[in-house]
Amino acid sequence: MSPVILNLTKICYGYPGGPLVLDDLDFHLHAGDRIGLVAPNGSGKTTLFHIVMGLLKPLSGTVEAFGEARKVETDFVEVRRRMGLLFQDADDQLFSPTVLEDVAFGPLNLGKSREQAVAVAVKTLDFLGLNGFEDRVTYKLSGGEKRLVSLATILAMEPEVLLLDEPSTGLDSSTKEKLIDILNTLDLSFVLISHEFDFLSQTARHIYTMEGGRIRFDRELNIHTHRHAHLMGNQPHRHV
Amino acid sequence: MINAPFADGHSWMHGIDPRLRVIGAVVFAVVVAVSYEFAVLFAALILSLSMALSARLAFRDVVHRLLTPLIFLLLLWAVLPWSYEGDALTTLGPVVITRPGVILCAQISVKTVSLMVAFMALLATMTVDTLGHALNRLRLPDKMVHMLLITYRYLFVIEQEYQRLVRAMKIRNFHPKTNLHSYRTYAYLVGMLFVRASERARRVHGAMICRGFNGRFVSLREYPPRIRNPVFCLFAVLSLVMLVALEWLT
Repeated sequence: MSPVILNLTKICYGYPGGPLVLDDLDFHLHAGDRIGLVAPNGSGKTTLFHIVMGLLKPLSGTVEAFGEARKVETDFVEVRRRMGLLFQDADDQLFSPTVLEDVAFGPLNLGKSREQAVAVAVKTLDFLGLNGFEDRVTYKLSGGEKRLVSLATILAMEPEVLLLDEPSTGLDSSTKEKLIDILNTLDLSFVLISHEFDFLSQTARHIYTMEGGRIRFDRELNIHTHRHAHLMGNQPHRHV
Repeated sequence: MINAPFADGHSWMHGIDPRLRVIGAVVFAVVVAVSYEFAVLFAALILSLSMALSARLAFRDVVHRLLTPLIFLLLLWAVLPWSYEGDALTTLGPVVITRPGVILCAQISVKTVSLMVAFMALLATMTVDTLGHALNRLRLPDKMVHMLLITYRYLFVIEQEYQRLVRAMKIRNFHPKTNLHSYRTYAYLVGMLFVRASERARRVHGAMICRGFNGRFVSLREYPPRIRNPVFCLFAVLSLVMLVALEWLT
């Protein structure tokens, strides 16, 4: 078995004045895992990601990442360096005026020199097929471009794990294809939240659901195809 | 919402270290603001116009930007000449136009135009983020600089959210009238904008922390030492000394 990267035990979390969103949640991520999470809105998927990154503190339970318990703010500095979180809304992630500055922001914070940071940023943009985007203004990008640039800002920090919060939402089919290609080319572990089974089935190896504030590992969704026959089966159609 | 037509140029002025330009603009503003001699004010006007020329600003854009302050100046010209006390210059029917009133208006007008043009030439020729980084390197508090930069970036997002809320009101047939319902609706609109802005701020801060933000922005832009920097300094010091001397001697 590959080493455990992330180990959450008995995590509880609720927003002030509300019910528990996460209730005794257990979660393990091994190196090389590619996990998809499907669950209704408001079931705590985003909250889970924010707890892993240390943006929210769980009411109880322990977060263990890269072999160490992470409790206080300073513990999470290393976690944030080795794990990249892609936010649901790209406008939350891109705050620098130009694309190059935004992508170089992470590497600069990691203590790289200007030249190194720019080199990493340019390399990452090239990898994502975003050549020539360096001087584009971030708020003038289209939705799909914003998503890819956000991904670039994360990848430029050379993380070991990606946490992707609904990366495919609002993308047209060609950008979605591109994103699927990118995720399959990257040799990274990731956890992916999505509502789109199509997208999940092409990227994740295991798909789980969340229910009652927990991840149901006993109820894995299996991607499958099967042959069957019925009248008019030669016409394009959908099964509901 | 904000367009920066002057920031893209490649003139002599655009390549000068932004810090020098910021300092130059501030000192120029102070000197012009405390001067009253017309010789000084017109010299300042000529100076700022020549700076605008050397920055190769488009004449039309400069005039366009001057329109708003000109409206304000018109207002002054409409009120001050007859409301200010002093010796009469001329009388228009029952209204007495005073000499000090007219002089004051003229001073304010020349000051306004020369300062506006100087700021266009010196400061508008850099992007807002360059300005932010320049202020940062001039040891202005980090918090102020961050507020400037982040406001600039998110003004557009907040404007979009505003438009979205207004659309939501319009499609449900909201027509503003002078009644409590309209006032309340507008209050909700403003309240919602504040709530959304603060939620947005929380998320953006989270995203920044995730990327290792520790309270300092590092700028990618570099302004290497160039011969034009000391030339600009020399020129600026000489002209400012000239202005001050003119004011003092006359």
